[in-house]
Amino acid sequence: MVNELITFAQEGGGGMTDVGLAAIGAGLVYGLGAIGPGIGIGLVFGSAIEAMARQPETAGQTRATMFIGFALIEALALIGFVLSFIVLGAGG
Amino acid sequence: MELDVNELFFWDPIALEGSALAINRVVLLMFIAALACMTFFVIGARRSALVPKGIQNLVEMAYLFVRNNIAIDVIGPEGIKYANYLAALFFFIFFSNLLEIVPGINFPVTSRMALPAMLALITYFVFIIVGISKHGFSYFKDIAFPPGVPTWVYFLLTPIEIFSTFIVRPFTLAVRLFANMVAGHVLLTIFFLFTHDFLVHNIGPMSPFGLVTLLVASALILFELLVISLQAYIFTMLTASYIGEAIAGHGEHEEEEHSTAEPVTETEGLATASASH
Repeated sequence: MVNELITFAQEGGGGMTDVGLAAIGAGLVYGLGAIGPGIGIGLVFGSAIEAMARQPETAGQTRATMFIGFALIEALALIGFVLSFIVLGAGG
Repeated sequence: MELDVNELFFWDPIALEGSALAINRVVLLMFIAALACMTFFVIGARRSALVPKGIQNLVEMAYLFVRNNIAIDVIGPEGIKYANYLAALFFFIFFSNLLEIVPGINFPVTSRMALPAMLALITYFVFIIVGISKHGFSYFKDIAFPPGVPTWVYFLLTPIEIFSTFIVRPFTLAVRLFANMVAGHVLLTIFFLFTHDFLVHNIGPMSPFGLVTLLVASALILFELLVISLQAYIFTMLTASYIGEAIAGHGEHEEEEHSTAEPVTETEGLATASASH
C-alpha cells in the first residue's frame, strides 16, 4: 500500500517531491490522530447517556461532567489538527 | 480559489510599526474584547441596588456562576480568594472568543497563540506560587515524590509526575483553547468562502449548493457559540482545579483533615463509647 502511494506521488509529473510527501504526511497526521479521540468521545457520551437513563435525578451533574470530559479529549484531536498544518508547512 | 493558510496567521501593522508593541488588526480586537469585558462589569456594578434588577441581575448571575460553580465547587471554601481571577479569566476568554461570531469582525482573538499562551503562563505561575506559599518548597518534593508509594515505583512515577505537572499542563491548557478556536475559524471560513463562490462569484450549476453551504455555515455559527462557552468554562475550571490541587497537596491533605476534625470526633467517640456500654 505504501509503495502504491509512493508511485502515485511520483506519477504527479515531478517525481517524489517534498511538497507531495508533506501533503501525504499532513493527511496521515490528522487522519490517524482522529481515531483515538473519536472512540474516546463516543465512550464518554455513551456512558453519560446510560447514566442519565439509569438515574435521571443526577442528569445535571452528569451533563456537566460529560462536557468536561469531552473538552479534555477533544484537545488531543485538535492538537493533531494543528500539527498537520505544521507538517504541511515544514515540507516546503 | 486559493486558501493560503499563512494568511490566517499573519497581519500587517496599523500603528507603531516595527516596534515590539506594533498594533495591528489583531491587537485592536484584543483591546475591544478587554473593553467589552470591562464595560460588562462596570455597568453591572454601577447602581448597586440591594435587590438587583435588569442588567445588574445579569452581571451578578454571571459572576456568581463563576464564584459558586467553579471557584467554590472545585477549590472548596478557600476558593473565594481566587474567584476574582477566575471570573476575569472566564469573561476575558469568553469575550475574546465571542468575536468569532460577531458578524462584522469574525475573528477569534484567542486563535493567535500569544493570548492563550500568556493566559496559560499566568495560570502556571499562579498555581506554582500558591503551592509554594501554602507548603513551602516541599511543594516540589510532594509533586515529584508522592507519599504512600513503594520506593521502586519512584523511578517510573517521578519523571511522569514532573513532566505531567510542570510541562504538559500549561502546554495543553494553551493549545486546547488555541486549536479549538483555529479549527472553528477555519471551518467557518471554508463554508462562507464556498457560499460566496457559489452564490455571488461564480453563478453556475453549483449554485444550489451555495444554499446548502449557507445553511451549514449558519448551523456552524450556533455550534461555535457552544464551543466558545465550553472552552472558556473548561479553561477556568482547569485553572481552578490546578489551584485546588496546589492548595491541597498530596498526602498533607489527610493530615490537615485529621487536625481540624480532632475536637469533634473526640466528643463523639466518648458519646459512642458510653452508649455502647
